[in-house]
Amino acid sequence: MKKKIGNYFNWLLLIGTTVIVCLLLGIILLDIFSKGIPAVSWNFIHALPREGMTKGGILPAIVGTTLLTFITTIFAVPFGIACAVYLNEYARPSVLTNVIRASIRNLSGIPSIIYGLFGLALFVQAFRLGTSVLSAGLTLGLLSLPYIITTTEEALKRIPNSMREATLALGATQFETIKDVVLLKAMPGILTGVILTLSRAAGETAPILFTGVAFYINGLTVSLNQEFMALPYHLYMLSTQHQSIEQVRPLAYGTAVVLIVLVFFLNTLAFYIRFKQRTQD
Amino acid sequence: MEEIKLSAHALNLYFGKKQILKNINIDFPKNEVTSLIGPSGCGKSTLLRCFNRMHDLTPEASLNGTLKLDDLDIYDKNNSVTEIRKRIGMVFQKPNPLPKSIYENMSYALNLHKFPKNEIPQLIELALKESYLWDEVKDELKKPAVKLSGGQQQRLCIARTVVLRPEVILMDEPCSSLDPISTNKIEEMILSLKNNYTIVIVTHNMQQAQRISNKVAFMYLGELIEFDTSKNIFKNPQQELTRNYVEGHFG
Repeated sequence: MKKKIGNYFNWLLLIGTTVIVCLLLGIILLDIFSKGIPAVSWNFIHALPREGMTKGGILPAIVGTTLLTFITTIFAVPFGIACAVYLNEYARPSVLTNVIRASIRNLSGIPSIIYGLFGLALFVQAFRLGTSVLSAGLTLGLLSLPYIITTTEEALKRIPNSMREATLALGATQFETIKDVVLLKAMPGILTGVILTLSRAAGETAPILFTGVAFYINGLTVSLNQEFMALPYHLYMLSTQHQSIEQVRPLAYGTAVVLIVLVFFLNTLAFYIRFKQRTQD
Repeated sequence: MEEIKLSAHALNLYFGKKQILKNINIDFPKNEVTSLIGPSGCGKSTLLRCFNRMHDLTPEASLNGTLKLDDLDIYDKNNSVTEIRKRIGMVFQKPNPLPKSIYENMSYALNLHKFPKNEIPQLIELALKESYLWDEVKDELKKPAVKLSGGQQQRLCIARTVVLRPEVILMDEPCSSLDPISTNKIEEMILSLKNNYTIVIVTHNMQQAQRISNKVAFMYLGELIEFDTSKNIFKNPQQELTRNYVEGHFG
């Protein structure tokens, strides 16, 4: 009897903590959405900010974040996948490859502000790219690389060797095997990792702080050497740096809603790809 | 005197420091089926994989000795491994169709080896017919190969190997994951293929070895114990070990 009560208590404890966590998440979302939804309108999404950002929309921030994520993708995805392919398919196990692998894992634990400072030193100053959307995109790319490498390597590891042997035995070279079969089969896993990484990168503020994000720009960012506005920074700025914080509060909530919806959309996409892969296997 | 198609001479193979194959000398006659039998872990699959250099990508594997396809030294650095694998095809224990359609599974290697585009459809049809698969799949060549049954997948894997017209086909327990009916079909196929191909097959199934092979090699703990005609191995083995194994005393 005593044991039964103990079991019941454990169960209650576990379910209780789960409920509390979900409740907290629910409250945050409810708060943001209840205060943010009224501010979101077609005008809010497609108009430029006006009158010291107290009116108008957030189009420059949406364009900025999109462009930024795009640059990050172009830079980080090919490098990340190539690096993972090398580590998993070509590199012979040795002390050196283990050190490389451990370093990559460690890199993903470095605080993002450090990446920001590194980007400032490398891209903005040493490469003379200036504070621009290109510098910031490259910095975010560096931040994303370790995650993309790690998730891609995991996806490649899940491909059984029999798959590789199939094409090798037909006289395909190792490169042809990787290109035609291994990557094809690992693609859903790789894409999931890439999208989750990018959705995280899209919400980062610290790495872009020194490398190109702007408080306010006149018009849209249209070229790579321009500064840009970004959703997470815009949100930060509206809620702490603006001279009339009370007045722009609804806009800040609206921005938060747009950012959450964007990230949520990306995560759902990743979830969907993984789900499709599972039903296929 | 029979013609030798494939041979190993003084072959030793190590995984790290552990010796897996010990001084193997064996000649496989042309256009016959040779079975490799022996208890699990005796090195028969490992030996089979030496002939199409499947150990190349295993970093800890090292081997010495001479392996020859006709007069061609299989491990000579000047010979292209892809060309050798085209001439020595392999079918694996578990069916491993490519994650593509049935047709693409067949055409993949043909395109790789630059067969003339206009001949490819006929080549595929012929190979599928030889594998007794054509009637079952001719209307759904676009279907993903993984949707086929296990037996059909394995026949597709054999057809995919046959379509390249190799000279030797290595088979690593091709029926071990299949039901008796599929096994029957594959054995039938092997018997019809042997007129044109040299076949080396690893099997755990004594009856299968007797049904399909001309010659049988018995291996034990990395050594080739006895190599003789199928009849002699099963009815009149010279070695005590072979007798005990084929009579089912261990294995």
